[in-house]
Order: sequence, then C-alpha cells, then structure tokens
Amino acid sequence: MNISKETVKYISNLARIELTEEEIEKFSLQLNDILRYIEQLKEIDITNISPTAHILPISNVKRSDEPRSSLKIDEVLKNAPQKEGLFFKVPKVIE
Amino acid sequence: MNRIPIGIRLNLKFDMEFETVIGLEVHVHLKTKTKAFCGCSTEFGNEPNTQTCPVCLGLPGSLPVLNEKALEYAVKVALALDCSAQEFIKFDRKNYFYPDLPKNYQISQYDMPIGLNGFLEIDLDKERKKIRIKRVHLEEDAGKLIHKQDGAYSLVDYNRCGIALLEIVSEPNINSPQEAFEYLKNLKLIIQYLEVSDCDMEKGSLRCDANISLRPKGEKGLGVKTELKNMNSFKGVRLALEYEVKRQKDLLSNGKKIIQDTRLWDENKQLTFSMRTKEEAHDYRYFPDPDLAPFTLSKEFITRIKDDIPELPQQKIENYVKDGDLTRKEAGEIASDKNLSLIYEQCIDIYREPKKMYNWLTGPVLAYVNDRKKSIADLNLEPKELAKLIQYVSNGKLNNTAAKDALFSMLDEVKDIDTIIKEKGLTQVSNEGELEEFIERVLKENSQSVQDFLSGKENAIMFLVGQTMKLSKGKANPKKVKEIILRRLRDVS
Repeated sequence: MNISKETVKYISNLARIELTEEEIEKFSLQLNDILRYIEQLKEIDITNISPTAHILPISNVKRSDEPRSSLKIDEVLKNAPQKEGLFFKVPKVIE
Repeated sequence: MNRIPIGIRLNLKFDMEFETVIGLEVHVHLKTKTKAFCGCSTEFGNEPNTQTCPVCLGLPGSLPVLNEKALEYAVKVALALDCSAQEFIKFDRKNYFYPDLPKNYQISQYDMPIGLNGFLEIDLDKERKKIRIKRVHLEEDAGKLIHKQDGAYSLVDYNRCGIALLEIVSEPNINSPQEAFEYLKNLKLIIQYLEVSDCDMEKGSLRCDANISLRPKGEKGLGVKTELKNMNSFKGVRLALEYEVKRQKDLLSNGKKIIQDTRLWDENKQLTFSMRTKEEAHDYRYFPDPDLAPFTLSKEFITRIKDDIPELPQQKIENYVKDGDLTRKEAGEIASDKNLSLIYEQCIDIYREPKKMYNWLTGPVLAYVNDRKKSIADLNLEPKELAKLIQYVSNGKLNNTAAKDALFSMLDEVKDIDTIIKEKGLTQVSNEGELEEFIERVLKENSQSVQDFLSGKENAIMFLVGQTMKLSKGKANPKKVKEIILRRLRDVS
C-alpha cells in the first residue's frame, strides 16, 4: 500500500489536524515506512488463528445498574472554554 | 436522422412499474437506571449537565464499564426478535467529530454485535409477512444540542450522553410505507412487552431513520437510496416515505437519476429536503475499543434471558383466535397493550366468554380509560370483579346501561361490584309484578304511541320500552319490558 499525499490530506482532515505542504510530504514518507515495517506481519501464516479483538486475557467486565453520584455542576463546567448557564457553549455546527 | 438521446426516443415517461425497497434503523433507549458505561442517572428532564461524570464527559483517564442490565436487556430484545444468540460480542469505537459527542467517538458495535439475522412478523391485508432483521447492537447515546436561533453558537447538555441505546436494523425487505408503519408498530409493542424501554418518541426514547430506494419491478439489484431522518412519529415515518416514493418515482419516470443523500423530513411543509450528499459522507474508522474487554455469553446466561421473555403479542393473538373465537383483528386489539391482554386472560379464566370480554374491554373499559385520561396500567380493575359484572349482565341481574354505570363507579371508587350495585340500587327489575306497574302508567300516558303501534307502526314499541326504562330509572329489564308490552297490546287488539 502506498500512502500518497492525498491520503495524508484526507487523514489529517478526518483528524482535524492542519498540515503544511512540507509536513504532508514528510508524513507521507514516514507513514509509508511504518506501513512497510508492519507489512512484515503478512509473512506469518495465520490460517488457523482468529482475529484478536483485545489483547488482555480478560472478559465480561461489567457493573450492576446502581446509580452513583455524578460530578457537581461547577466541576462539570470547570474546564469548559465557554459556558452559558448550566450548558457548555460551542461554536454552531450544523451537520 | 436526428440524433435524439435514446432515453427520450424510448420515452421513459411511460408508466414504468417500480418496487419500493425500505430498510429501517430504529434506536431505543434502554430503561436502565444508569447509563451504559457509567453510574450516572438516566432520569429524564433534569437540569442540564447535572447527570454527567468523567466517563460520559470523556475526560482523560476515565474508563467505561458496561452496565449488566443494559447487556441483559439488549440480549432479551435480540432473542425476542429471533436473532441468533451471539456467544462472543465486543465494542468498537465509531469516530466522528461533533459537539454532542465529547470523546469524539461513540462506543458502538461493528462486526460482533449482540444479535444477527432475526425477523419480525407483520399483518398485511391478506397475508402475514416476515420482515428480516439484520442486526441488533448496543451503543451509547449522544448529548443534546440546542441551536440558538439568532446566535452563532450552540449549547450542549450531556445528560443524555452515554445512555444505553439499542439499534435495530432491518434488512431492506420492507416494500411499502404501510409495511414500514406495521413493522414499527409491532417492534415497539414487542419492546414494550419486554419492558426494556418506554418507546416514547416524544421523549426521544424511540427514534427511527429510513433508507429508501426504488427499482423497476422484477429487478434484483438495488436502486440508489436516500436516507430519511427527523421523523417524530410512526405516522411521520409513513408520510415521509410516501413523499419519497413519489419524489423518486417522478425523477426516475422522467429519466432522471436519484442522488444518494441524507434528507430531513419537514413536518410542517410535509416534504423531505437534502441535508448532505454522499460526497460528504462520514468515514467512521471503526476499531475495537481497547477500554472495553469483550464478552463471552454463556449458554446458561442466554437460556436464563430466554426463559425470562414473556409471551409476545403475536403468540397471544394466535392463542386468542384459537381458544377464544376472536378474529385476528379483535385479538390484535387486545394484544396491543400488555396490561389489557393480562386483564383479558384473567377474566377469561374466571368467566369463559371471550367475545363478551372483548366487547367490554374494548368498549366500556377503554371508554373509561379515555374519559379519565388514565392508562390501563393504573386502572384499579380487578379481573374477578369485571368477570362478575359481565356475568350479571348475562344472567339478567343488570342491564347494559346499569352495568356500564356500575363499571365506572367501581373504577372511580375502587369498590367491589356487589357493593356498588347495593349502594346504587342498580339491580335489574325483572319481576313481572313490578314491571307491570311501570308499564301500566306508560301505556296510559302514551296512548298516541299505543294507537300508532296498533295501526301498524312497529317502531312505536321501542318508544314505549324507552319510556318504561326511564320510569324505572334504567333498572327495568328491557327484554322483559318489551315482552310484557307486546303481550298487553296483543290482548287489546
């Protein structure tokens, strides 16, 4: 697989990261190197191995449906760059 | 020769027959006390952002832990919809940026959901149809955005964010807006029977999006689809789909193409309008959520949930038709509310008159519910008392009018039927001696009607019966009254 400059632009847009032309060039090369390295894995025979969804040997971690206290409202809004009343205030985004 | 494009030469405007193909995505809030992955309360209608914590606000370092009730409820719905029980399930991250989602991803399920390949049956005019269900998966809801009309900003309330949400996706084998409507009605009913969600569209605890496309009749491949959003009721879904069928048909009949897009239903204008086209479609980059370990559902667990599923409406309808000589439609009316069906079944056990029970429940009992603006669930209706009441009508102790009075009083005052009858003196008068007295007076005071009857106007008898009923304050047995009057008048003539 080849990571073109278009792909880098596409990914940076998805991640909401603004890149300069030089950075796009640089990351395109770096990402290609990374992928080439990872591609060595393709040489391993995985015919009888099911895909790993999770690397830790644990499962079924759950809790009972018992309410716990929420954060106090001033703590909730403490780190908000902008607020109005009890609401978070954000730039208008219409999907 | 003129170079005319082939489409025009063939005149594609002729009535080509199209088949409608619809797939529905339904989201329901699960009725758990706490959110899907944290202990915040799910109570509706409280002050904004007061039901939030580091987990549902997506603060760094917080870890989600699945609510076991949410898992149970989700499995229950999947099994009730005849999905194959999945032994291994996991959660994935669905990535997108939008202010209603503080983590910038939604915990959802991608390739290993709770349930796969189920179905649901709907009643059509002449047949029953199985609508196939593709998948049932568990995810978390997003927060609520309030867009300020004038300002250039929005306000966010994260109380809803993180509430357990079940998504039920049908296969595209719904073939008309009416079928979609029936599917939604039955799906909601099943979920209500399971008591895992309120399914209240007004409160947003049930939401529905629809995918719709048309294809020439007989064709196998799918046409270009559009996605419809923002319908606030099942009727709204049907209207939006009907509008879209017509819009797409008009375009296709005129040789135009459908553009794949997401459209919003405008209830006031009764039309759909384009919100975004496919070019701007999302790329969600699903991947397994490393914060949530996968789940292995044991056979015992699945059996326990299965055993906990109550008899569902379709089965009840079958039973009512088979054991109670109700029509499918009548049986459906009883089964359309779980509490109503429970009352029906208990009454039938005491007094085996299904038809009478049906008439009383869908007649006076529902009239009472509507009149008093109550729900069947909070009626003080003792099946034993209702059965007794209907028995009294059958054996002549009460006439219909008095019985309806008695029912209303019984429900208002929460007393047993015998007490009500005694207090109100409602017992029907069938004693001939007492009735003769009333009739004597009525015949004397209404000689004109008597003459009318004697000269052949048969209807006059009903007036005389009515007068006697009135005189007896509704207590007279109308059948007996009619008998006696007929006998008396025959004697005269």
